[in-house]
Amino acid sequence: MFGKLNLSAIPLSQPIPLITSMIVILLVVGVLVLVTVKKWWPYLWHEWITSVDHKRIGIMYCLLGVLMLVRGFADAIMMRTQQAMAIEAPGYLPPEHYNQIFTAHGTIMILFGAMPLVLGFMNFLVPLQLGVRDVAFPTFNSVGFWLTASGALLVNVSLFIGEFARTGWLPYPPLSETTYTPGVGVDYYLWAVQISGVGTLITGINIVTTVLKMRCRGMSYLRMPVFCWTALASCMLIVAVFPILTATLAMLTLDRYVGWHYFTNTAGGNPMMFVNLIWAWGHPEVYILVLPAFGIFSEIFPTFSGKPLFGYRSMVAATLFICVVSMMVWLHHFFTMGAGAAVNTFFGISSSVIAVGTGVKIYNWIFTMYGGRVRFETPMLWSMGFIFTFIIGGLTGVLLAVPPADFLTHNSMFLVAHFHNVIVGGVVFAVFAGVEFWFPKAFGFRLHQGLGKAAFWFAFIGFWVTFAPLYVLGLMGMTRRLQHINFPEWRPLLYVSVVGVGILVLGVISQVMQLVVSIRDREKLRDVTGDPWDGRSLEWATPSPPPFFNFAVMPNVEGEEAYWGIKLRAVETQQLSPEPEYEPIEMPVNSAVGIYTAFFAAVFGFAMIWYIWWLAIVALVAAYAGFAMFAWRDVHEFEVPVEEVARVDRARRAAREIFLTQLARREALP
Amino acid sequence: MLPLKISGLQRLARILALPLPIVVAGCSGGVLDPAGPVGADDATILIDATAIMLAIVIPTLVLAYWIAWRYRASNSKAEYLPYWSYSGRIEAVVWSIPILTIMFIGGVIWIGSFRLDPFKPLPSKNPPLEVQVVSLDWKWLFIYPKQGIATVNQLVVPAGTPVHFSITSASVFNAFFIPRLGSMIYAMPGMVSQLNLQADRPGNLWGTSAQFSGDGFSDMQFQVKSVSAADFEGWALKAGATGPRLDRAAYESLMRQTQRVVPSTYRAIDPQLFDAIASQKIAPGPGPQPGNPEHAGREISTGGKD
Repeated sequence: MFGKLNLSAIPLSQPIPLITSMIVILLVVGVLVLVTVKKWWPYLWHEWITSVDHKRIGIMYCLLGVLMLVRGFADAIMMRTQQAMAIEAPGYLPPEHYNQIFTAHGTIMILFGAMPLVLGFMNFLVPLQLGVRDVAFPTFNSVGFWLTASGALLVNVSLFIGEFARTGWLPYPPLSETTYTPGVGVDYYLWAVQISGVGTLITGINIVTTVLKMRCRGMSYLRMPVFCWTALASCMLIVAVFPILTATLAMLTLDRYVGWHYFTNTAGGNPMMFVNLIWAWGHPEVYILVLPAFGIFSEIFPTFSGKPLFGYRSMVAATLFICVVSMMVWLHHFFTMGAGAAVNTFFGISSSVIAVGTGVKIYNWIFTMYGGRVRFETPMLWSMGFIFTFIIGGLTGVLLAVPPADFLTHNSMFLVAHFHNVIVGGVVFAVFAGVEFWFPKAFGFRLHQGLGKAAFWFAFIGFWVTFAPLYVLGLMGMTRRLQHINFPEWRPLLYVSVVGVGILVLGVISQVMQLVVSIRDREKLRDVTGDPWDGRSLEWATPSPPPFFNFAVMPNVEGEEAYWGIKLRAVETQQLSPEPEYEPIEMPVNSAVGIYTAFFAAVFGFAMIWYIWWLAIVALVAAYAGFAMFAWRDVHEFEVPVEEVARVDRARRAAREIFLTQLARREALP
Repeated sequence: MLPLKISGLQRLARILALPLPIVVAGCSGGVLDPAGPVGADDATILIDATAIMLAIVIPTLVLAYWIAWRYRASNSKAEYLPYWSYSGRIEAVVWSIPILTIMFIGGVIWIGSFRLDPFKPLPSKNPPLEVQVVSLDWKWLFIYPKQGIATVNQLVVPAGTPVHFSITSASVFNAFFIPRLGSMIYAMPGMVSQLNLQADRPGNLWGTSAQFSGDGFSDMQFQVKSVSAADFEGWALKAGATGPRLDRAAYESLMRQTQRVVPSTYRAIDPQLFDAIASQKIAPGPGPQPGNPEHAGREISTGGKD
């Protein structure tokens, strides 16, 4: 009836997961009770859960990403403290638990933390920056988000029902085959990643189509903000490589479930093939994350320097260069396979060649500041911290791309420090910079600057105190994923690293306080103009938060930096463009198909993990029925009446009139 | 030492590399404290490549923070160029700098990859010592085919003599790594990788697995003793006179999952053993066995049935 599932799956004898699960369950129940008591369900259901508005979906993606960052950070605290406590001692986490923690940390941070944040930014920004009202497939978009959320749910369910994979975030066979890892952990991994992978692919298809087909009038390719270019490049990579992930994990699933031999130790299986295939996805995945991060910085540097991005075209070229070359470097993750000198040379050079693209980008950001009036507000602080951290991460990355140097540092703490250097310093710093930057656009009020700056300094210093010792430990020969340490001479540096984590905790607290204080003071921090940072791209032409239809009248773009041109013209002529003729707008209707399908996808995944075959069939049929019902629906859109459009836009114009006089006064100052 | 021909750059690289030993002062016993020619060459390449990149990274960082500070909004002395966003010359320079740096590094990669190919025999007047390495759950088996002996978690090599390792795995992936001797390489089931290393002087070193392999991974370290040629002969003779034989039955029990395995020696070996393991004529290790008390992992997930 319940397959392999029985009461022994609940970790009653393990206090740490048990207590954590209890706290998580209490929190979830508490939130559900609060929502019910306050009668927020209808609002949540109509405005968020079933919403197909790209902005709402983008915000929900980011919320999911932030929650998962916190979960992944909790894992990180446990890993660093365990290693510090387990020097010639067992520590407090036995191997079977510790191994789950580093696996969950990697999986969650990359696939359920960083990915949703990056996808969230793309969802929120791309239509606004392109001057359109939604993405190409709004309902599909909702399905994509909820499938990603289902994957995240399954990973977290493994905390208190069963276990998570103990194989590392990329489950290399033969360790991940049933012979060596018989438990449900790898199955949790497989189904969670498969389900969320479908969600990611959907978003990728959506953004590519949106950028290629839905730009507003005059928004030619070479007038698009660089963020849209990076989103396009990133999503083209998603479309190209996520199918590889799906196929590879499907093959491992077949090995595990029906005893096939793609990657098994024996009977003709080839485990190295898995390693090749998974990195053929895994390396481009890094650029899927970091390209939009570059896009975020390419928006922030010009805005806070008060001048256009330096070398726009070379920025676009560098983005596409990285996009293409990133698919030709995967073997550098296993130079130590012994492929031979010629193969290693090819992949070593192709990997370091990527540094040309990133190098050009960094110089272009530097020259964007040249001749500018640089304002060091919170987003700019993160960007300046990024420059330092990312350059050092790039340096160690190129080192690891030199095969003989990699022969010494492969899989070491040096490698761990390197990829945190680029992923935290690149992607996470970008995300925090972007949250500070676009928060007023999304919610209508700014975040508290003082606490934001405190969060930056804690994060920046904490990062270096945590990871600088790991570089040195790597050079001392310390390999990654050690549950306990047999070398007492590594103790001091492991302790320093724990201090760094402590500083990072202060950073997290500052971020939370920043959010709380900003919500409390939201009236004081309100952004009435819609353009709080003196922005340059079209999203700043809308009020904050933008109406659900984004633009009352589709903009007409006449150059790069579309909104900057409009703003200059208004300041010069001292008036807004004449009031346009409003027309009714067609907008897509809300749909529950996303949450419905995702719910049954999660049930299906859970049933497959625990071998509950009947439930898997029921869930699959139910999910399919949802699709079928959606396909038969008659009403796709509703009309926003012209009076409503005019009312919203006149309010915006009134705010802009006031803003214009403020701008004029500021220009008049010496 | 990798020959970097351009002496000026080399000097610059040396100067820039000066702070490195300070940073890694605590690294004695690590990869920057090599005890053999391969490790020394690997480490030289690591330091040279770092120096080449620092030569460009440090000026870039200085430029970045200098420009940001110079053009801060509160500095009214700096000129404001609100429309300046293109300069063909600067573009040419910003593309050239990384391209030239990477061409230089590309040369290091090219030469280094061929010079330090792990499969390549080391030049020496002494014939190499053959050692066959098998990674097991969770210990290392070293077979000395010529000496007819085997060891577990203990590698004894003669100083000054190249050692040719043939490496395979009898269970999951591992990586064979002796940090102070240099290059690591994967131990893969059903495949044989080759590695050539040499210890220059007698001394005690350590080796480890550098690829996560399951619950017992943290203790997959092994002693490495580099001894004089005469001592090695003596040790091999002594090992050949004591200890159990490594026959199929002994090997079968070695394949079971065990942790924290104390170093030991076997006095005689089945000469076909390594080939039988690598070609999987002997089936790979059985993985976790419910009845095995050494297997610490609690299989909560299987509900005790699986």
